[in-house]
Amino acid sequence: MIERRGLGRPMAHLVLIVGLFIVAFPIYYTFVASTQSLTTILRPPLPLTPGDQIGANYGEALFGGIGRIGGVAVTTLLFNTLVMALGIALGKIFISILSAFAVVFFRFPLRMVFFWLIFVTLMLPVEVRILPTYKVMVDLGMIDTYAGLILPLIASATATLLFRQFFMTIPAELVEAARIDGAGPLRFLKDILLPLSKTNIAALFVILFIYGWTQYLWPLLVTNDNQMNTIVIALRKMVSFADADTPWHMVMVTSILAILPPVLVVVLMQRWFVRGLVESEK
Amino acid sequence: MAKIELKDVRKVYAGNVEAVKGVSLSVEDGAFVVLVGPSGCGKSTLLRMVAGLESISSGTVQIGDRVVNDLEPAERDIAMVFQNYALYPHMTVRKNLEYGLKNRKMAPAEIARRVDEAAKMLEIGALLDRRPGQLSGGQRQRVAMGRALVREPAAFLFDEPLSNLDAKLRVQMRAEIRRLQRRLRTTSLYVTHDQLEAMTLADTLVVLNAGRIEQAGSPMEVYERPASLFVATFIGSPAMNLLPLGEQGIPGLTAPEGLFSRTRPAETLGIRPEHMRVVDGEAPRPEEMRFDLTVSGVEVVGAESFVYGTLPKGGSEIAVRVPGYSHAEPGTPLTAAADTSYLHRFDRETGRRI
Repeated sequence: MIERRGLGRPMAHLVLIVGLFIVAFPIYYTFVASTQSLTTILRPPLPLTPGDQIGANYGEALFGGIGRIGGVAVTTLLFNTLVMALGIALGKIFISILSAFAVVFFRFPLRMVFFWLIFVTLMLPVEVRILPTYKVMVDLGMIDTYAGLILPLIASATATLLFRQFFMTIPAELVEAARIDGAGPLRFLKDILLPLSKTNIAALFVILFIYGWTQYLWPLLVTNDNQMNTIVIALRKMVSFADADTPWHMVMVTSILAILPPVLVVVLMQRWFVRGLVESEK
Repeated sequence: MAKIELKDVRKVYAGNVEAVKGVSLSVEDGAFVVLVGPSGCGKSTLLRMVAGLESISSGTVQIGDRVVNDLEPAERDIAMVFQNYALYPHMTVRKNLEYGLKNRKMAPAEIARRVDEAAKMLEIGALLDRRPGQLSGGQRQRVAMGRALVREPAAFLFDEPLSNLDAKLRVQMRAEIRRLQRRLRTTSLYVTHDQLEAMTLADTLVVLNAGRIEQAGSPMEVYERPASLFVATFIGSPAMNLLPLGEQGIPGLTAPEGLFSRTRPAETLGIRPEHMRVVDGEAPRPEEMRFDLTVSGVEVVGAESFVYGTLPKGGSEIAVRVPGYSHAEPGTPLTAAADTSYLHRFDRETGRRI
């Protein structure tokens, strides 16, 4: 680490504090707004300290239901979004580990063709294939279902590539030692490959969870029922162009609640990253 | 415990590259056979074919009374020790040792007994709860040996297991492997490129070159009667001195009357450095050859020195072993002598011993 002397240190801190303020203030201001009544918000200026409506606002949002989105409670929204984000993250990890496993450790005809096919899907994100995907989902009757929210987003070339690169760093002798020790392919995957990949999995999980949590376009299309909305979609629906119609205090509450789970995931998983970095096992 | 029998084993890779060109070899029950050869001679490929990690293009491999050509490595009843140890990094030492046994659905009590026994034998009892990352190279090597030991297999296969250790540890582990093998009497096949390792470990030494067996025999047999020029130069350090015999004999070499009349011209003579000595004025004995050399360099090893000298008229360089410290000065003349009974003779065309 570089030791800074004299003015360097306070300067560095000043820059950090200013940066932190720029990033954190809007979030703080959102929180403040979420504790005010609608009338206070609509009559500027907005106070800089939390108001007295915190219990009422959060209670109503979480357990009562919000009128603008058909009286659905934020708990329902949170649950929907959680199912989708977890489904996407875990599904992507599951599928890409299996496909990377096949591509790296098995010799079969057209192996590289399959690998390139997976690779090519990088060029076909959801936005590009949205119409055919929507048609397929309609035909399968998956509109307004969790499966419909999750399945089209599961295939992941990026994660497959990441695991492929990692699997290729595993020494051939380790694979051979396992073969001699009587571990078949699936047991090798379970007993050796997965434990060795856990830091990769953890890192990927964080990225994919946030990717899933912030999905907008696909959930907007595939959910019609208010009960199936994700929190991002609901937030969008709450905001009306006529200011008076928008329950701003509820929007702020929902925003804060929408931020919390991804923040939690990052904070909790951070320890895994560090442990994975310190404990180099290979 | 079992005998390993290889019959005309071949390995052909894609593109018609033949790595092993028909090897027949029989490893007796309880024997320690070392495969030695330069890199790319096919020794590792051969071992991996016995292990089942490499398919066999033709020929048969038999372990015990089973032909194992089509069996999975796990079904062949062998255990292998790898060069880079190949320990499972996320498992403790105990788990590493247990893993192969657990996969075979062995009773927990039996697993525990075997692990404890192996740990005691290898003195790794204190390390059982550590992970490979927390061990030194030598300790990892012990654990790798332990993993083979607990299996109590029909045969041990070693693939250059000591190559990653430092010189001192290598000597120590070498002795230990030998002792363990003597004690357990498990048939062992050991691959190395280090001829010193090969000489000290083997009951039977098999020298491989370019996918073929050059010679198989006890280490002393191979050393004293190398079957070919290749073996002669590969085994022994410094390598055997080679003298291509021309029409006019060898310039600078005085041989007893009649020695070369028995030889054909297309011949290469060989003599080991330790069978040569520096002559200091005494008269030649009748059975002695004499070399008139110009000293080109001296290597002092400690207990002995090697004096290198060249024969006149651009002749070969000859190494002479001298006990202790040599005071020979480069550029000065030197006379060396050797008994003709130590002479090796090879056909220069075929490289075979005459």
